[in-house]
Amino acid sequence: MQHSLQTPRERLVVVGNGMAGIRTLEDLLAKAPGRYDITVFGAEPHPNYNRIMLSPVLAGEKTFDQIVLNGLDWYEANGITLLTGDRVESIDRVQRTVTAMSGRAVAYDKLLIATGSNPFVIPVPGATLPGVVGFRDLADVDAMLEAAARGGRAVVIGGGLLGLEAANGLKVKGMDVTVVHLMDTLMERQLDRSAGTLLQRELERRGIAVLTGADTAEIVGDGRVTGVRLKDGQVLPADLVVMAVGIRPNLALGKAAGLACGRGIQVDDAMVTSDPAILAVGECVEHRGQTYGLVAPLFEMARVAADRLAGGTEAAYTGSVTSTKLKVTGVDVFSAGDFSGGKDCEDITFRDAARGVYKRVVLKGNRILGAVLYGDTRDGGWYFQMLKDGQDVAAIRDTLVFGQGYQGGGAASPGAALAALPDSAEICGCNGVCKGTIVTAITEKGLTSLDEVRAHTKASASCGSCTGQVEQLLALTLGDGYQAQTGPKPMCKCTDRTHDEARRAIAMLELKSIPDVMQALEWTTPDGCASCRPALNYYLMCAWPGEYKDDSRSRFVNERMHANIQKDGTYSVVPRMWGGLTTSAELRAIADVVDKFAIPTVKVTGGQRIDLFGVKKEDLPAVWADLNAAGMVSGHAYAKGLRTVKTCVGSEWCRFGTQDSTALGVKLERLTWGSWTPHKVKLAVSGCPRNCAEATIKDLGVVCVDSGYELHVGGNGGMHVRACDLLVKVDTEEEVLEYTGAFMQLYREEARYLERTAPWLERVGLAYLKQRLVDDPKGRTSLNARFLFSQSFSQDDPWAERASGATDRHEFSLLAEVG
Amino acid sequence: MHQMIKWTAVGTIDDIPRQGARCVKAGDTKVAVFRTADDRIFALEDRCPHKNGPLSQGIVHAGRVTCPLHNWVISLETGRAEGADEGQTNSYPVKIEDQTIYVALGAI
Ligand SMILES: Cc1cc2nc3c(=O)[nH]c(=O)nc-3n(C[C@H](O)[C@H](O)[C@H](O)COP(=O)(O)OP(=O)(O)OC[C@H]3O[C@@H](n4cnc5c(N)ncnc54)[C@H](O)[C@@H]3O)c2cc1C
Ligand code: FES
Repeated sequence: MQHSLQTPRERLVVVGNGMAGIRTLEDLLAKAPGRYDITVFGAEPHPNYNRIMLSPVLAGEKTFDQIVLNGLDWYEANGITLLTGDRVESIDRVQRTVTAMSGRAVAYDKLLIATGSNPFVIPVPGATLPGVVGFRDLADVDAMLEAAARGGRAVVIGGGLLGLEAANGLKVKGMDVTVVHLMDTLMERQLDRSAGTLLQRELERRGIAVLTGADTAEIVGDGRVTGVRLKDGQVLPADLVVMAVGIRPNLALGKAAGLACGRGIQVDDAMVTSDPAILAVGECVEHRGQTYGLVAPLFEMARVAADRLAGGTEAAYTGSVTSTKLKVTGVDVFSAGDFSGGKDCEDITFRDAARGVYKRVVLKGNRILGAVLYGDTRDGGWYFQMLKDGQDVAAIRDTLVFGQGYQGGGAASPGAALAALPDSAEICGCNGVCKGTIVTAITEKGLTSLDEVRAHTKASASCGSCTGQVEQLLALTLGDGYQAQTGPKPMCKCTDRTHDEARRAIAMLELKSIPDVMQALEWTTPDGCASCRPALNYYLMCAWPGEYKDDSRSRFVNERMHANIQKDGTYSVVPRMWGGLTTSAELRAIADVVDKFAIPTVKVTGGQRIDLFGVKKEDLPAVWADLNAAGMVSGHAYAKGLRTVKTCVGSEWCRFGTQDSTALGVKLERLTWGSWTPHKVKLAVSGCPRNCAEATIKDLGVVCVDSGYELHVGGNGGMHVRACDLLVKVDTEEEVLEYTGAFMQLYREEARYLERTAPWLERVGLAYLKQRLVDDPKGRTSLNARFLFSQSFSQDDPWAERASGATDRHEFSLLAEVG
Repeated sequence: MHQMIKWTAVGTIDDIPRQGARCVKAGDTKVAVFRTADDRIFALEDRCPHKNGPLSQGIVHAGRVTCPLHNWVISLETGRAEGADEGQTNSYPVKIEDQTIYVALGAI
């Protein structure tokens, strides 16, 4: 026989019948058919299938048959011995044999390890209860489908690609789904914050609950899972728990055989392990310190391994940049390369709120380093190609972010991109105004300004997010005849929007987070700056009391630390003294704190309280705890909020006093403390027109007279002293309190961030304040009601929360001490 | 000669809030370790080149920190002041392995 005359063929054994192993065989068979006698071991009882399509199988968009890559006939046709359902248990590198679970031993000349990875199971109690599954193979999908058929609730732990695809599938199958994610935003490894937030909104819109910043403590259940308990104590009922918190390279077999391993089985550029007869590919390997969890790099590895197995000596794998797409129907998310920026990197951001599109391309030296696309991922492949090619994009830089469609011949300007839009393209999403309508109005009605376009077409008249485009259309249509208006200034360099526009949009579009605002108003930076972030944080807090969660990262240091930073980096601490009153017990506690913490300077302030200077950051919680113990709370001496209510002694002691000004001061302070305002607010109550409390240079000052109370507003001391204007005179304390609440709320709602009451009053006019507060009693009552509602969420002592260690503990301790 | 870098483990990524910083004390020097919104980590001496403001207490945005004292904007990558301001603070190489942050404090 002919065969017997040939030298016996080399024997190749493949461990792992998955995507990388079998791709290597396909490549090898194309290069060197018949070179090896091939045996494949697969732990799963199936032929090779497309693992990434398990998500569509779960969602019911595909069947298993449709995702099989190589049926049994393929193995047969290529003379490959396939042993499914038989896990390889050991490798004998001396004898060059592998032994499987069934006891079967097969000898090799070359061995290819392609064992993939395992879902990481977080080590919490209950993690192995029935009803807890991973998301890795068909068996997992079957388990999920079975659970879904019974309905009920599913908790998916992990808000990465796999977790979200599982959540979507289970939701489609009719389960109540909650995603529990440890980090603040979804898919934080692939997406920046803006895109992550958009994604979360979309999933929530589809009825999937998302808990971010949620740490799992335990899986609960007696014999079978019944819920998930979070570290904060909350228990989420669950009939099914999917763990999708990440994968770990499956290196056990290689490690046991003594191959060099790090996080994965280590290979060189030829995909050869520390044993020259053994190669490895896929998720189980570590190459140049990297492991991979996506197929594109695995396929590159497969090509190299196949070439080497075929006898080649050249092919080398040098690592990959990867791109990700989320496979949730109707949600388009793409991310590629390194979008974290860095030295000399440049961000180009494009937001089209109306279409729900966010794009960010990161450039370095005219080359694309990374990209994140949300909502419109058509150009993902294009960016990714240029990224991989290292293409110089200088020539198309200005229009890059508009996508490939705009790259006609040569360089075009962003204006040209707008010019290229068809007349039917919608410009203003709020009012449904398209480009043609705007251009026609400009030419036919002879419009020359943004306001005129707004008046005639309503474009840009609502949320204002299309203002830039409308202005460009004016410029395009009128040419040099158009002069952009010099209206109110934009908030900062991150946006063209003014403070008022941002506020209006927050209310109208019901924007409830900083990333939401930045998206809707097309911010040009990924996460704003030190000017716009604190402003937006304030506007959101004011607009959504009780609902908006304060973003401490968007606070200036003093408001974050609840103390005033001094020029040497220490802090000053001012406890509240209601209406300037104190007691021997309070003074004693203050004295003790000063001694105990060696506080160098103690000063009485102009606001009638005591300031402790030179407190070390680490000491703050302990200082607060001691002050709290004596009944004192934060004086908010650091806050854009209510600072002090200064009083004189009043009728109780003073022979001139007309009313009990001290008691009224205490009432006012109890009413207003804890409130956040656009800038600091100081109040005062004087017991008679001699005005010892200097009430007429305060933001709101009460001057008691025989017949009642005068309310003065809009004053301040400081560099530009401004005396108050008299707002109104009232008869009773109740009216004083109502006016104060209403005034505070009007200032909170309408002044711009960092605008004190004095410039605000000058901007809007005293007549306006009178009209809102005096002439409109109904309006006054409802302003006051809104103030009280907001106050119901803000009167918690921030010191107590921090002294107990419950909040922001990391702010007060070192990360590490070395050397 | 090739000088060996000495890496010091200072904590894990999750020890630092996003858009925040925490300090490492190394002898007399304080090093601020920053984490950006997209999880990049940088280490700078915690002293603003202007008047020694504690940069760790500033607002972190897009690879920069705004000093809490007088609003200088400092690049996290280079430690250099941006815009019209002139000055630079020390920066230290950082690497991440398996969530652990290592800072090359060797230069101190
Ligand atoms: C639900 C889901 C969605 C995904 N979506 C995407 C996506 O959109 N894009 C993308 O690029 N990637 C995606 N991936 C990742 C992609 O599927 C993997 O990167 C790829 O399958 C890894 O290939 P591999 O050959 O290394 O491992 P696998 O495909 O897992 O193959 C390894 C095989 O080896 C078997 N095995 C393990 N140990 C042994 C042993 N001792 N003996 C015998 N057999 C053994 C395993 O049972 C398994 O069948 C997704 C993965 C999942 C689970
Ligand atoms: S000390 Fe940093 S800006 Fe002045």
